[in-house]
Amino acid sequence: MTDPRTTEHDIYDPVLDTPPCYYRESADAHPPLDSPQYKSSALRHPKQPLIYLPQNVTEITGPQLSVRVTGELDNDLTRQHAGEPLGERITVSGRVYDTEGKPLRHTLVEVWQANAAGRYLHRWDRWPAPLDPNFSGAGRCVTDDEGRYRFTTIKPGPYPWGNHYNAWRPAHVHFSLLGRAFAQRLVTQMYFPADPLFPHDPIFNSVHDDAARERMISRLVLHESEPEWALAYNWDIYLRGPGATPFEESL
Amino acid sequence: MIYATTPSQTVGPYFAIGLPWPDGPFAVPADTAGAITISGTFYDGAGDEVPDYLLEAWGADGDGNYADLWDYAGPSKVPGFRGFARCAHEDGDGSYEFVTLKPAPVKLPSGVVLAPHLDANIFARGMLKHVVTRIYFADETAANAADPILASVPAERRETLIAKSTDNGYRFDIRLQGPGETVFFAV
Repeated sequence: MTDPRTTEHDIYDPVLDTPPCYYRESADAHPPLDSPQYKSSALRHPKQPLIYLPQNVTEITGPQLSVRVTGELDNDLTRQHAGEPLGERITVSGRVYDTEGKPLRHTLVEVWQANAAGRYLHRWDRWPAPLDPNFSGAGRCVTDDEGRYRFTTIKPGPYPWGNHYNAWRPAHVHFSLLGRAFAQRLVTQMYFPADPLFPHDPIFNSVHDDAARERMISRLVLHESEPEWALAYNWDIYLRGPGATPFEESL
Repeated sequence: MIYATTPSQTVGPYFAIGLPWPDGPFAVPADTAGAITISGTFYDGAGDEVPDYLLEAWGADGDGNYADLWDYAGPSKVPGFRGFARCAHEDGDGSYEFVTLKPAPVKLPSGVVLAPHLDANIFARGMLKHVVTRIYFADETAANAADPILASVPAERRETLIAKSTDNGYRFDIRLQGPGETVFFAV
């Protein structure tokens, strides 16, 4: 086996740490696909049990395309148009770790969100809140050598949806992470502290464990805020790390 | 110390703002020798086509190498081979289509040989976490018969994992729920 550090691909250090398999999470680590309070899950969950897939090379490898798909200003959602978007300017930053606490460097982080009025720039979003000509609501970046990501954006507004009478989503930013391996793939949502809509949202509450729900909520970090410019929210993301029982994965 | 993972949440109805890539469906440039098209339709539990969903596929090239830097089975030597396709539909007829290379069998150090396959993720509104399935190939009868993963699937459901040959590649329909429900895996 050649040492990847000596090849032209030397920026991808995580290759040195590729484990033989990834940690198997408990059944309640993620929300159940069958979540009756979230009505559109009714016809969109398998009824047959999942079949155990021993992890092998296809699962512990993954696309390494971070540099190719990101541009310099992709992580600043406030500078994608001629003017400044309306709303509360914020930074959202944090680190991407695995479950052993090891940062994932050079991994792709993609985000999308509503504008300050709670309206998405999407033709299916038709509730009567204003669009902002200076805000598209999409960004991407690649974590740095210490696993850090950072976005500058506008705090999204809450918005109504059709799940039940008078249903409103708490403000959130959608996150998509490729991780280092297929087995680490995660799409989730980042929430803001103490949102009064939390008790009423079936998507947030589809995660039944109190501590697990907390892991979706960012923190306001005043000392990282930029005076006279932007408040700072911090949110760390944990993807699956190395598994402890490779024997079960062997074929 | 083992930290707990961040929980999954649905991709929602508006992922098309952020997730489509212009070259998403091309895991390999279309003019690459041996490129195949894999297409299909994604159905919900009512048997209706799902107009908005995200499908991603990942697999090896025709030499069994991955677009990955780890030496176990990579990196791929095929120019432009990304090995990863992303189809992001916001308003479609339920169909998807991507271009890749047909993967070679994978021989494990133990001597076990895995039949050619791709892994696929599917995300959609109404799904709080993605589901994972595998795409095998109908013209690999002998390799499929010897594949330990297919062997672990109840015989009557195995067909849901096998893509049928078409003029330019393969067809792989996905049924999320109900009659003919596709096999999904816990990874």
